[in-house]
Formats: sequence, structure tokens, C-alpha cells
Amino acid sequence: MLRTFGFAVLLAWLSLAHAQLAIEITGAGAQRIPIAIVPLAGEKVLPPGVSTIVRADLERSGLFRGLELPPLSPEPNENSNINYAEWRSRLADAVVVGSVTPRPDGRFDANFRLYDVVKQKPIGGLGFTFAKEQTRVTAHRIADFVYEKLTGEKGVFSTRIAYVVKRGNRYELQVADADGAGQETALASFEPIISPVWSPDGKRLAYVSFENKKPVIYVHTLADGKRHVVANFKGSNSAPAWAPDGNRLAVVLSREGGSQLFMVNADGSGVRRLASSTGIDTEPRFSPDGQWIYFTSDRGGSPQIYRMPAAGGEPQRVTFEGSYNVSPRISPDGKTLAYITRNSGKFQVALLDLSTRQAQILTDSEHDESPSFSPNGRMILLATVLGGRGVLSAVSADGRMKQRLSTAAGDVREPAWGPFVE
Amino acid sequence: MRAITYPLIISVALLGACATTSEDQKPAPTESAGTSKPGASTSPTTGREPVAKVETGKPSATSPFAVLKDPNNVLSKRSVYFDYDKFEVKDEYRKLVEAHAKFLRENPSAKMLIQGNADDRGSREYNVGLGQRRSDSVKKMLTLLGAREDQIESVSLGEEKPVCTSANEDCWGKNRRGDMLYSGEY
Repeated sequence: MLRTFGFAVLLAWLSLAHAQLAIEITGAGAQRIPIAIVPLAGEKVLPPGVSTIVRADLERSGLFRGLELPPLSPEPNENSNINYAEWRSRLADAVVVGSVTPRPDGRFDANFRLYDVVKQKPIGGLGFTFAKEQTRVTAHRIADFVYEKLTGEKGVFSTRIAYVVKRGNRYELQVADADGAGQETALASFEPIISPVWSPDGKRLAYVSFENKKPVIYVHTLADGKRHVVANFKGSNSAPAWAPDGNRLAVVLSREGGSQLFMVNADGSGVRRLASSTGIDTEPRFSPDGQWIYFTSDRGGSPQIYRMPAAGGEPQRVTFEGSYNVSPRISPDGKTLAYITRNSGKFQVALLDLSTRQAQILTDSEHDESPSFSPNGRMILLATVLGGRGVLSAVSADGRMKQRLSTAAGDVREPAWGPFVE
Repeated sequence: MRAITYPLIISVALLGACATTSEDQKPAPTESAGTSKPGASTSPTTGREPVAKVETGKPSATSPFAVLKDPNNVLSKRSVYFDYDKFEVKDEYRKLVEAHAKFLRENPSAKMLIQGNADDRGSREYNVGLGQRRSDSVKKMLTLLGAREDQIESVSLGEEKPVCTSANEDCWGKNRRGDMLYSGEY
């Protein structure tokens, strides 16, 4: 099994508001950085406290272990002198201190500093001014800073995810913070919604809605809820994928017979054919550099992953093992390919190293679908089925760490992890 | 042979349905719109034209739409089932598809939507592709049998609208399906 270190089980239940996604970590790396997130002085005015959210973020990554701290007196803040020996004796490798201060305009200031206890030196700090309803995103940005300074890769705590919840005959396309909190409904429908994908600027979602009794592709701006049809041709219109420029989408249309790849501008104009086959061509995805389009095709008899130059050209087959390999997703660095493979009747997430051609199955579930890389490439979000219900799950790209995100009611499916946004 | 004067009555529903391309339009009611064609029929014994009875609130018994809903008529059956990973229309459904092709031929203003479906195993988008292949397959057979291409739209619902939700072959078989729907029925 891949979960060599799966014995370390850690439950991190976040606040369980109705239908909110709750995250359970079911495995973690062996080497976790012990860190002291000291409650920010004065943060009690913003329950549950900025430090609580920062700590939960860092622990959920599987790379940090938050230390239990006794009440400290006086409460340290970003200007306090750090007694490295004292923090060392608490076995902390790093410590975060800071403060939250109400402003006359009703907003708040949060300031914090991060210290390296081992090297006995300050690493840096930031200050934010924010409204009360921005408390969570502010905490996520603090966690991103700490994560990046201590691991060397960007944090994804302030990014967002989209997914579809089905309750009875009602479908909702929702957007939430990466920790599942703060969910908002972008679209509610009595017909299915599938295949949401984030625009590169993180402001729009493209998706397929069946509200017209057939699949039609829409682009939906999240801030104002305005949406427009990108493709509603005779037949089916599905599987949208943004080009990295955010101006075009690869789509699958059946208007000329069969399911075939086309390009279309984001406003619905300029439809042009991308490839021709006698099979089903679907699930296009651009490589991050925009040079390639990976897609699923059964032109060879069974569904396999192919790629073709985005400018057009001869497709090359990418997957060879097994008789069912679908849903290609390229990692943000372009070096690996996540996809769904059928393995002894089970549908599981696999990861292919595009240079060595080595493939590895990352999950042990049976109904995995719709993998989606976190923008830093460390985690893969996916849909699976647990106890007969659709849930979201996440697995680290090295297979060691697993998380489960579920709601109190309904099926959750079709996850899409959004991009970094400034 | 006595000529009968119902054809104008029965065509009203279809004309109502195709007067617009909007999908949410219901067929026009058959009420009172039928008039006998002058001179089309006379009774040799009385010299008077027979009176066509119109009932409000339900389709005329001779309306093509009533035929489509008559459980004793093959046209009331709309589903074609497929084998796993297959999209050929099986021989057992040939008579059904032939009947609908004949109906479309004889009612040139009738429009059909074919919704293809797949069982829920595997990728949702690949299953949209499988459902499309099935609806395309039914459409192709209908057009080969004389229905006009522009009378039929074939689309896919993928695995999104299962009629059966258990994880067994019996259930999956019910979901691998193409449904033929006429204007006003979807």
C-alpha cells in the first residue's frame, strides 16, 4: 500500500454549520514541522480566533503539527521579544505571534511575525486590514505566508474550490474556501450540473447545465451571477476546458455527429474544429504552458488518454496500461498527469510521471471521479463514494496524505480546485 | 367507400407544436379548431356531411399525439436499451424504431428529441459521450428509415438521469437507454 505512514490519524473537524463541508484527515506524513501558533493578542473579538483557523489550515496540510500551549502571560504580540530557548524547550521549530486590533472605522488590523526557533531568527511578518467577514480569508493568507516560508512552496489555503451538491432532485453549484468553509451557491437548478472549471483568473466558472433537457455550456461570473451560453448547438455541448489565456475554451460538441473536440471563444463566437475521429473524443485539458491538449478518446477501442498540439496536429497516445483511463488533468508544473484508471473493476486516481512514464495508483477507493490539482500541485481533490453517498476526498500527490470532505446531507461531486488569486 | 373528414382536426396538435421552436411550448389544444373540408365528404343517403365530434380538454382519439400515448400502440413505447459499452440498436428494438420512423415520415411537422443515457460507472463526461453515441445510433436508424434529419435532435444525458440507482447489472441495463421524445414531452 502507498499509505506507509497512514497510521497517523488526525481529526480536524471544523465548525459544523449545516451542510458545510467538513474535513477529516486520514493520513499524514511522518515528518511534520512542530509549530506554535500563539493566539493573536486581542483576537477573541473575532471568534473562533484567527490563530485557530491558521493552525487548522497548517495541520490540514499534513506538513505541520500545532503545539498545545499553556495560557501565556503577558500575551505576546508581533512586537514581543522572542525567547528562543523557551520555545525550543516547548519543542517548537517555529512560532507565530501577533495581534488583532479594532480600528475606528469598524474594521480590524492583524499583524503577525514568524520566527525560526531552530535558527533563532525572525523570518518575516505581514499586516492586514480587513472587515469582520474577511476574517477567514485573512487567516488563510497568514497560513499561506507561514506555509510558503517554511516549506518553500506556495500555500493554497486562500484559494477556493467549486463542486456540485445534489439533494433530492435539486442541484447546487457551490464555491467554498479550500477548507470547505464559507460556501456560497452560484447556481441552483432542478436539472444536473456537471464539469465546472475555473477560469485562469479565478473569477468565472464554465460548466455544463442540463436545464434545457440537454447539455449546454455556460460561463458564469461569480461576483455578479451573470452568465451566458458558450455553446448550445444542436446535439450535446459538454466538457469545457479553459485555455491558459482565459479567452478560449476547448469543448466537446456533437453538432457534426459523435462527440468531438472544438475550440470556442469565451463569448461563444468563433467555433472551430480541433480534431476528427470516429470515436468519442472528450475531457480536453490544456497543459499549463498552453502547448498541448490532453483528452480522453476511445478511437483505439478502449478509452485512453491522448494528447495533441493545441495548434492542431497528430494526437499521440499517453496511457497504455489497462482498458479504461480517463479524465486527464495535468499538474501545475506540467510534469505529471493525474487521471482515473479502472483497476480490477475499481475506478481510482492514478498519477503518471510524464518523463519516466511511471504510473502509480494513489487511492484505495472504488468510485473515484473528476481529479483536480491544487494550484501548488501538492494535493489532488477528487469525488468518490463512501457509504453510498458522494463525498469529496483529497490525496497528496505522493499518496501519503488523505483528506475527506463531506456534508451533513446530500451528494457532493464534480470538484474543481480554483487557481491562485492575488 | 365513405370518406371521413377528420384529417384537419388531427393536424392541429402538430401544427401547434411546430409553430414555434421553443421547447417549453405545449401542443395546442384540439378544441374547436377542426372544420370539415367543404365537399370533402357527403353521405349518399342524407346528403349531409357527417359531424366530427370534438371533445375539449383531451386530445381527439384520432390525434397522432393520442396514438403516441395509446398504451396499446407500439408508438407509446419510447425506450431502446443497449448492452454494456455498446451502441448498436438491437434487433428486438427494430420494430419500435421502424414504427417511429413511419410516424415521423407521415407527420413531417413532428419533431423528436432523442436522449441517450449511460450507466453510472466511470467518467461523467465519457458517459455523456456514450449516451450521445446511443442517441446518434437511434437517430441514424430513424433517418435511414425515412425520417428527415431536421426532425430529430440526438443529445446525451450521460449518467445524470438514471431511472434505477442500484449498483447491479439489472439496474445498469435500465440506464443504458435511448428515449425518443416528441415536442411537448420534454
